[in-house]
Amino acid sequence: MAEPLDDYIDAVSKALALPLEEAWRPAVRANLEVSLRFGRLVDEFALPDETEPAPVFTA
Amino acid sequence: MTNKPESTAADIAKAVAGGQLSAVAAVEAALARIKQHDTILNSFTDVTVERARAKARAIDADIAAGKKVGPLAGVPFAVKNLFDVAGLSTRAGSKINRDLAPAKRDATLIERLEAAGAVLVGALNMGEYAYDFTGENVHDGPSRNPHDTTRMTGGSSGGSGSAVGGALVPIALGSDTNGSIRVPSSFCGIFGLKPTYGRLSRARSFPFVASLDHLGPFARSVTDLALAYDAMQGQDADDAACTTRGVEPVSPLLGDPIAGLRVAIAGGHFQKNVFPEAIEAVSRVAKALGATHVVDVPEASRARAAAYVITTTEGASLHLDRLRKRPNDFDPAVRDRLIAGAMVPASLVDRAQKFRRWYRSQVTELFKSIDVLLAPATPCTAPKLGQVNFTLDGVEMPVRANIGIHTQPISFIGLPVVAVPVPLEPLPIGVQIITAPWREDIALRVAHALEQMGVVSAPSPRGL
Repeated sequence: MAEPLDDYIDAVSKALALPLEEAWRPAVRANLEVSLRFGRLVDEFALPDETEPAPVFTA
Repeated sequence: MTNKPESTAADIAKAVAGGQLSAVAAVEAALARIKQHDTILNSFTDVTVERARAKARAIDADIAAGKKVGPLAGVPFAVKNLFDVAGLSTRAGSKINRDLAPAKRDATLIERLEAAGAVLVGALNMGEYAYDFTGENVHDGPSRNPHDTTRMTGGSSGGSGSAVGGALVPIALGSDTNGSIRVPSSFCGIFGLKPTYGRLSRARSFPFVASLDHLGPFARSVTDLALAYDAMQGQDADDAACTTRGVEPVSPLLGDPIAGLRVAIAGGHFQKNVFPEAIEAVSRVAKALGATHVVDVPEASRARAAAYVITTTEGASLHLDRLRKRPNDFDPAVRDRLIAGAMVPASLVDRAQKFRRWYRSQVTELFKSIDVLLAPATPCTAPKLGQVNFTLDGVEMPVRANIGIHTQPISFIGLPVVAVPVPLEPLPIGVQIITAPWREDIALRVAHALEQMGVVSAPSPRGL
């Protein structure tokens, strides 16, 4: 049975021309779920609109 | 000078410069030890025998000619195999990179150590493309822990931890994106320095996550760590993130008193999900330093999450083309993480980078009231090779994902850290001595004081 993320995974793999064998799907999905969970943790933290990213960070 | 296996770099350099030991003898002793023990430890992927012998002979010739030699004269060292070594393909723990043309020039940090008289003896095993906390490698086999060869070295600089912990070489270099210097230091019972982001040049090393990549040294003593660090400092136009600050030598300052430094213990995130050994190690260090004040590092768990997002996406970006062309030549576990990383929405990555700036400002504020922060380097001592889960407080948790929980929130904003080994039985474990940006001097002085007190030390390899 298809998991909720499977359509998204299929679409992105196609858009980026990334190979995705069926045998890899469970691990890719599990890793993506972790990344999205951590991403949500970051997303839900309110930041001022003026906050600049730190792409090359000088400590 | 007996040239014992556990001779420090400082001892070797002093003996070589003073004529009591030849550089050739120092290098041959390291090569013999590698030959004797590395069939078990599996820390080296390349031993540069002829190069090392030629360099050692040149040092001895200089001494014979009355020329001045550097502070690391005759000291054997080795580097994680993501450093360019002229004549070798920079494999970065991968199968794919073995097809690259051999590097034409050494990495900057190798050049600087050799300019100080050190002698490169080889390249070291590592987790594939540095996306690893275990020290295991599907292509080259795992590097093994010198205190119990059935256990992990920690990664991804596993060979560096194993080679120094096993006393094959007194100094090694590694990289640290999320903990890859501090984790092997902890598991292998040695000292490791992850300097401030931008302090040491990364030129001609294979990258992983440009936002978070650092390079640094491992050693069996703080004096050696500082000697290597001092020799490698300095700006480098070949690394866009390298500081333009001048060289700030620490070796002359190591013995300066540490009384008056404000030392705090990291609470909250850093005291959760840890085994009793990690708590015991921090407690011993804190007690020796008279530290009782516990501070909360604001949003450290979220910082770890943001570091994870940046790592998986920048890593994926780096490897996109290799994922398309040679997916079956990756370690499958690394490949699947990277493919997933390529699928994370860009908006979340941008949020993570913005959060990073916010978090940095909060921690900078914290360091106005303290000088040193203590935290575990790892939540546990070295797990068994291949171990997938561990149980803590009745809860089963994945090993790999949790090894770096205490290192990630620190490297996320580039703070300097010395990982110091607390020689617990039966296995050592590390503590992070964390300071404000550019204050490696304080971290190294505190580490040196702890070493003098006998609280931290690199134990003799127990598994050899």
